[in-house]
Amino acid sequence: MNSIFQYIPIEHYIVFSVVLFCIGVLGVLTRRNAIILFMSVELMLNSVNLLLVAFSAFHGNAAGQIMVFFIMAVAAAEVAIGLAIIVMIYRNLKTIDISVLNKLNH
Amino acid sequence: MLYSAFYFLSFVAIFCAVMMILSKNSVHSILYLILTFFCIAGHYLLLNAQFLAIVHLIVYAGAIMVLFLFVIMMLNLNQTTESKKSYVLPFAGIVSGGSLMLVLIAAIKRSDVLIQKNLADESMGMIKTLGKVLFTEYALPFELASILFLIAMVGSVILSKKDPLVVPETI
Repeated sequence: MNSIFQYIPIEHYIVFSVVLFCIGVLGVLTRRNAIILFMSVELMLNSVNLLLVAFSAFHGNAAGQIMVFFIMAVAAAEVAIGLAIIVMIYRNLKTIDISVLNKLNH
Repeated sequence: MLYSAFYFLSFVAIFCAVMMILSKNSVHSILYLILTFFCIAGHYLLLNAQFLAIVHLIVYAGAIMVLFLFVIMMLNLNQTTESKKSYVLPFAGIVSGGSLMLVLIAAIKRSDVLIQKNLADESMGMIKTLGKVLFTEYALPFELASILFLIAMVGSVILSKKDPLVVPETI
């Protein structure tokens, strides 16, 4: 039985996923470029995926890996819609800086 | 061996994620994110999830990031200057994101030690086992995903059409 959890405790996977997730949160909160924002969201989704796979391998339950499969499907659909919206924003405003999208504020 | 592979992949992934946030050039950002995805695929291999590692590479590095690169190239956004109106909002973002990380890690440190109940068998990540679960227990969500893709396809085509009210002129 050559499992990774004989060498690495599951807590290390949790901490690694938390760090990746928080880097994604930082990217969403600090950057103004809409495409970088989307990429940060992808990074957050991927950190959750990694944690699901780690727990699935830890508990010997295949349901976690199926869930990762569905998250990938939803992420692909989300990226297609999101990039279409970004292209539309660029066509109307000639920029993808999200700080100009504050018309609902006023 | 597995020990050092885990730490190498983790550090490269975190470094590339940080560089993705920090780099000014959008194309460099995308390339760093692709490197991060490769490291995560390596983690999947370490966890005996071979099928997911391949799917992750095909879907993310092969399809999604190429879509991002395509949009960057099409809109010619290689060097965009971000608006530097105020430094308060990025600072508030860094403080809140950092405190989120601190709180989460502190919560993990204070939690009980997890105990592995039943050991995973080696073949769990193979396509045979996963396919059996996917097409019996999760057959309905699998079919619903196809409807989701249809809606996403129609939606993105409608969104990226020029203007539906204007009759297109003859070219």
